[in-house]
Amino acid sequence: MNLMPITIYSLATAAVFTSFVVVTLGGAVMAVVARRLVRSVCGLALSFLGLAGLYYFLHSPFLALMQMLIYVGAICITIMFAMMLTDPQDQPIRRGRRLLLEAASLLVAGLLAAGLITLLDRSTWMTTSAPSHGDTLPELGRVLLFRYGFAFELISVVLLLAILGALVVARSGRRSPS
Amino acid sequence: MSLSHEFIMGLVRLTLYVVGLIAFAAFNAAYLSLCERKVPAWFQLRYGPKEVGPFGLLQPVADGVKLLTKQLLVQKGSDVLLFKLAPVMVITPAIMCLAVIPFSETLGARNINLGLLAIFSFSAIHVLGTMLGGWASYNKYASIAAARVVAQNIAYEIPLLLVIVALVMVTRTFNLHEIVAQQAGAFWHWNIFRLQASPLMPLAFLIFFTCMLAESNRAPFDMIEAESELVAGAFTEYSGMGFGLFFIAEYANIVVGCSLATVLFLGGWHCPFGLLPGLHWFMIKMYVLCFAVIWVRWSFPRTQFYGLLNLSWKFLIPLAFVHLMLTAVMLKLA
Repeated sequence: MNLMPITIYSLATAAVFTSFVVVTLGGAVMAVVARRLVRSVCGLALSFLGLAGLYYFLHSPFLALMQMLIYVGAICITIMFAMMLTDPQDQPIRRGRRLLLEAASLLVAGLLAAGLITLLDRSTWMTTSAPSHGDTLPELGRVLLFRYGFAFELISVVLLLAILGALVVARSGRRSPS
Repeated sequence: MSLSHEFIMGLVRLTLYVVGLIAFAAFNAAYLSLCERKVPAWFQLRYGPKEVGPFGLLQPVADGVKLLTKQLLVQKGSDVLLFKLAPVMVITPAIMCLAVIPFSETLGARNINLGLLAIFSFSAIHVLGTMLGGWASYNKYASIAAARVVAQNIAYEIPLLLVIVALVMVTRTFNLHEIVAQQAGAFWHWNIFRLQASPLMPLAFLIFFTCMLAESNRAPFDMIEAESELVAGAFTEYSGMGFGLFFIAEYANIVVGCSLATVLFLGGWHCPFGLLPGLHWFMIKMYVLCFAVIWVRWSFPRTQFYGLLNLSWKFLIPLAFVHLMLTAVMLKLA
């Protein structure tokens, strides 16, 4: 048995990649087919975790950690919170037989996936001259605030509008305690 | 051809660290829970546990055996998978956080550049775990507690992160080893006394400590348990080691929080007088902070939920913002 470190490394790499992909796709499937809304959110969280793993696998630890912090830590929890405010003990949804609808959605999803895959396959990918190892954070910050500064500011305006909108919606339901 | 020496040593090192960190978390949970009973007994002129072993030192062992022998009951109508998964989701991130903490110059499982960020990312999962535990219990008290957990954790995460952002602006790195290395020397080099960076640094430490208490759901912020109003909060339906895991996770979170406070503000492994830096100084500072956590719990009553949210949104967040702005201005002027 030839157990060179190099073979082990490549085997381990393949195993790690496969497991992250399985987690991502499994979470996504769980999010779609689950009958309880909470389980769907859990599937979503699982999918995000798998995606974070893939980012880490691609030498981008910052993106991986941000994925966990924002998507698992903020988005999933906010969805859960919204659910608890509306219906804390949601019951499994009783789905009737809607074969036509399900077949149609499956078709659309399949077409979308096929289109994306062909697009990925056809497009030419830009390769970086050297894979960056280690600290990419200062570079990322510089690019975000100088080269893409305008887009960055625009996104913050969008978020500000969302906050203002939430305030308006929340305010209209309240009366002053007079 | 055998495996290379380096590869095997790497694996051995990894295994030792994993086992060591789990043991450290469990040991701390056991003996901090003993302190949790001994210290208030001392405050209230009682004896506390003293029957098992000398001075009650074997009490945690007895507690552990008791928890292990209890049956894990699952409430009818609850979501079994999530119910059983929730304690795991709560305890795993706490132990993962320990992996990036530098206990001394050479003792630390992983020295990664984004250590500080890693801790906050991992602890995000912990909130989700507690909340799922409360929801999956199929119990109204547990559901209320689960909703409270989220409101509280979101509210206190904001000032916590603002304080951290200000600190990172000063240290210019997320690497915990480097942050400690910057604070070398006597105690006026520590970040808590870095007044030339921002005169509000000691206040920032207080905000951090308060938020840490709230994030690890400790009294006076223990709204998720609130035994006088919610039975046992999110953990009402858990029995045996299911509850035990939540319990261990609570203390593991305290250890992580106190370690982080030590690393970020109190100079990590450095001695206050510049003598003999090392692991012992880290441990002394961390356990003093742990003692303070217990002290706070037995000194202050639980606040009302509104008071708790008001404290964060109306007081801590504006204060943290002022600190952030002041730090930015001072950095620009310096």
